[in-house]
Amino acid sequence: MIHDPASIAGRTLTPRERTAVLVIGAGPAGLAAALEAARQGAGVVLVDENPVPAEVMEEDIPLLFGGRMTGAVRNRAAMLEAFIASDPAIAAAFDAGVDVRLGVAAWGLYINGPGVGWLPGPLAGLSDGARSWMIGCERIIVATGRRDMGLAFPGWERRGVLGMTAALRLAARYGALDARRAVVLGSTAEALDGARRLHALGVGIAAVIETASAPLDDPGTLPLRTGCVVRRAEGDAEGVTALVIARRGEDGRPVPGTDLRIACDTVILGIGAVPMIDLLDAAGCRIAFSAALGGHVPVLDDAQRSSIPAIAVAGDCAGIGAAKSRDVTIAQAEGRRAAAGRAAPDGARAGPGHDIAGYRLDWVRATLLAADDEDTHVCRCEEVTAREILELRPPRYLGWPDRGRNRRDLRSLLGAGPPNPDQVKRLTRAGMGVCQGRRCREQVACLLALSAGCGLGEVPAATHRAPVRPLPLAVAAGAEEAAMAAHWDTWFGMKSQYLPYWEVPAHYTAAGRDAPDQGDGE
Amino acid sequence: MSGTGASVIIIGAGATGLSAGWWLARDGVDVLAIDRGIVGWEASGRNGGGCTHPFSPLFAEEQRLWPMMDELLGYPTEFRPQRIRVAFDAGQFARSAQAARDAARQGFASEVLDIAELRRLAPLVGDGVHGAHLHRFGGHANPHRTVQAYAWAMQDHGGQVMQHTAVTGFTGSGGRVSGVHTDRGTFGCDHLVLAAGPQTRRLAALLGIDLPMAAARAEMIVTEPLPLMPLGGVDGNGLYGRQTLRGNLAYGGGPHEWIDPNGIGATPPPSTPLMRQIAGRLARLLPRAAHARVIRSWAGIVENTPDGRPVIDRFGNVTIATMSSIGFGLSPASGHAIRDLVQEGACGFADLSSLRLSRFERLEPDWISRQGWQPPSGAGTSGQAGSAGRMLS
Ligand SMILES: Cc1cc2nc3c(=O)[nH]c(=O)nc-3n(C[C@H](O)[C@H](O)[C@H](O)COP(=O)(O)OP(=O)(O)OC[C@H]3O[C@@H](n4cnc5c(N)ncnc54)[C@H](O)[C@@H]3O)c2cc1C
Repeated sequence: MIHDPASIAGRTLTPRERTAVLVIGAGPAGLAAALEAARQGAGVVLVDENPVPAEVMEEDIPLLFGGRMTGAVRNRAAMLEAFIASDPAIAAAFDAGVDVRLGVAAWGLYINGPGVGWLPGPLAGLSDGARSWMIGCERIIVATGRRDMGLAFPGWERRGVLGMTAALRLAARYGALDARRAVVLGSTAEALDGARRLHALGVGIAAVIETASAPLDDPGTLPLRTGCVVRRAEGDAEGVTALVIARRGEDGRPVPGTDLRIACDTVILGIGAVPMIDLLDAAGCRIAFSAALGGHVPVLDDAQRSSIPAIAVAGDCAGIGAAKSRDVTIAQAEGRRAAAGRAAPDGARAGPGHDIAGYRLDWVRATLLAADDEDTHVCRCEEVTAREILELRPPRYLGWPDRGRNRRDLRSLLGAGPPNPDQVKRLTRAGMGVCQGRRCREQVACLLALSAGCGLGEVPAATHRAPVRPLPLAVAAGAEEAAMAAHWDTWFGMKSQYLPYWEVPAHYTAAGRDAPDQGDGE
Repeated sequence: MSGTGASVIIIGAGATGLSAGWWLARDGVDVLAIDRGIVGWEASGRNGGGCTHPFSPLFAEEQRLWPMMDELLGYPTEFRPQRIRVAFDAGQFARSAQAARDAARQGFASEVLDIAELRRLAPLVGDGVHGAHLHRFGGHANPHRTVQAYAWAMQDHGGQVMQHTAVTGFTGSGGRVSGVHTDRGTFGCDHLVLAAGPQTRRLAALLGIDLPMAAARAEMIVTEPLPLMPLGGVDGNGLYGRQTLRGNLAYGGGPHEWIDPNGIGATPPPSTPLMRQIAGRLARLLPRAAHARVIRSWAGIVENTPDGRPVIDRFGNVTIATMSSIGFGLSPASGHAIRDLVQEGACGFADLSSLRLSRFERLEPDWISRQGWQPPSGAGTSGQAGSAGRMLS
């Protein structure tokens, strides 16, 4: 059979290494999965990107660290030690023969499906920062956990505004949280439990702020203030020095004259714990919105399998709820089920959490929309404000004159369908930066839903694509086999495509075509 | 919604269909573009943005229009003129020279750059360069902005765009179509334009028109922003692409995969580890950017005719336009040509005889296998690593 030599047909990707089971994420779910798979005799590689290099943390990747790490994070050996010591199950995994790789990030999962047929089976792209490579696997268990929803208010880009997941990661697993007195935003179970844990670890909790009139979960003895609007974070070169709040009026706006300045060095966002689905979405797993499971989550069967059978999912990235957040054994059980390929016995699955849709919409309404601030960037990478998003303004660097004519806003995109964050991104660049929307995607979705008057669940998730961690060209670079290099073409390598039109014969046949060669166009 | 319609219905709101709709609406024609998804969601929003096709009969019009498009449409396209082609060997250089000769014959200049001048215009280029051309023609635009600009401009002139509406069939056949069936009702029309990208073959077949086509997946990558080079349109080393006005490097090239377009819904397939080879090539083309981080990769589906040239042709009251993988850059001109075909019956500004469907009259029925364009065997399965052409990755 003839193969088009410029195509991928006949080329085979041979991964540098292989394993039966690849587990991604060394949290409770991933560790339980790795231990269970090893117990069953499978070869297991367990990767976790922690400890994350300090420079990457500075960019709020993978979590919204808000620059609140101590200098200790520059010492990778110490961080590695701290991370291993933070969970005895890591040592247990080593002992059980699991091939544990810390400081190794998975940046892509690949598998044949509609429109892709050349891959030799399930693959994952890994990187240790200095190099990248592919690993072939029979099964992949994704246990990548959660991250935090961002919330834009004036000053939120200051050092010291970070997410609750990031704060706990730094405090409990790295021993490197640089915070003394914090204000927590949000009264979700995750926010309140997190505040209590941080308090136990020595962080003063100055206040817990809730924009609604009642908290979502029981605050216990935490200093809760309800019915408040966040006005701004004040600060100096070292970061936040205070958070200014005000009473929320009937109209949703701050009541004049009620500003209250709370001194603090840290503001912790606990409005939304979000399942980290980046690898799953990029791989093509089916994703659906579930208000009870923390947002967009993979669609799973009873044995934790995604729509791609070789990929199973466990822990927070499968869905977040108060019960799972409070009881680690639920995530661990999911991990074991994912490894064993076993359906859950009745009642063993995590119960649903709160309905987060209305809650998040309310925070965005009270903070981004009520402030209508012209200087606060919702997308920090690309410096896009809420108004620029809703008015679909071309990015400022284009210098496009606002002639008043031909002005378009979100409504001009809505046909029969809901607003689409990717379409808005293409026009405004919101979510197109280095962090690929980690800090802004939930806020943008809320803005679009509020503006279009539809439910949050109707707004599709902005797509994730590999690499889900930024990879330098030199690190991403892969070798070309000789045949690929010999036939590498800018485009399709069809001579006839580039024949000047005045030389084109009256008839074309496959037999009469010129031997394929490299072309020259784009 | 049944019973409504438009004088001209265009199927496919990609760059081709939207440009045609804009040209027709400017003429005051009652025109409706129907798309199963969002405007420009397929190849038209996933391509390299290159506007440099000196071998095409539409080249002169492509070059005439692009510098005016922002003004004409009323929305930014980010068009930037001129291209540099960097060659790493004599073969690459010869092909770039051929493009220069084809353009020269049509009145467009190129020059050979010395290394100092190359470095001045494209400071991210490094060593090992065999030679480079500066083409004082062509250029690139931002596909995302351009497709939306077409759609808005078309609407500004009274045209209609209907998204999320899939065409399922027709009333009438051959060159006499009077109605378009969709999943949201039937729409009447006096003239039909088929511009549905890789789906054009299937839709044409419903009208009894045999349009030979195959589909392939092509991939691209983009990096974080870097300081702007004086000239952002730098191709070479087997890659096409550009530095965006924001500073990102967006590049593609290398192996494509022939696929069955019918197995794919409105969401294009994901990219594959070919990202790594594209990254390697880009690091060699622009070594001073080797530290720049890849932040995303994607794939798009390309529509190809057997000779890689567009088909723009009219049959009765049906006009067919499929652009064979070079349709973004040519879109200002292809829309103009489609307008002419619909309104006048023939293109008034260029000789489109090389783009007629009749050139395939003698095409062998088994042309796909003769050209080796069938999807890889075992596609969709997780087969074993073959022995031929191993690639250690
Ligand atoms: C990675 C890549 C890089 C490229 N680089 C370049 C480049 O640099 N320069 C260049 O000129 N070209 C480039 N191309 C090619 C170019 O993108 C295409 O030729 C061009 O976009 C085709 O436009 P179109 O409008 O004809 O088709 P498409 O963009 O494919 O649009 C067809 C539309 O028809 C709709 N449709 C299909 N079936 C139906 C139905 N049944 N009912 C309703 N609607 C339907 C689809 O939803 C789609 O929106 C590239 C392509 C790819 C994939």
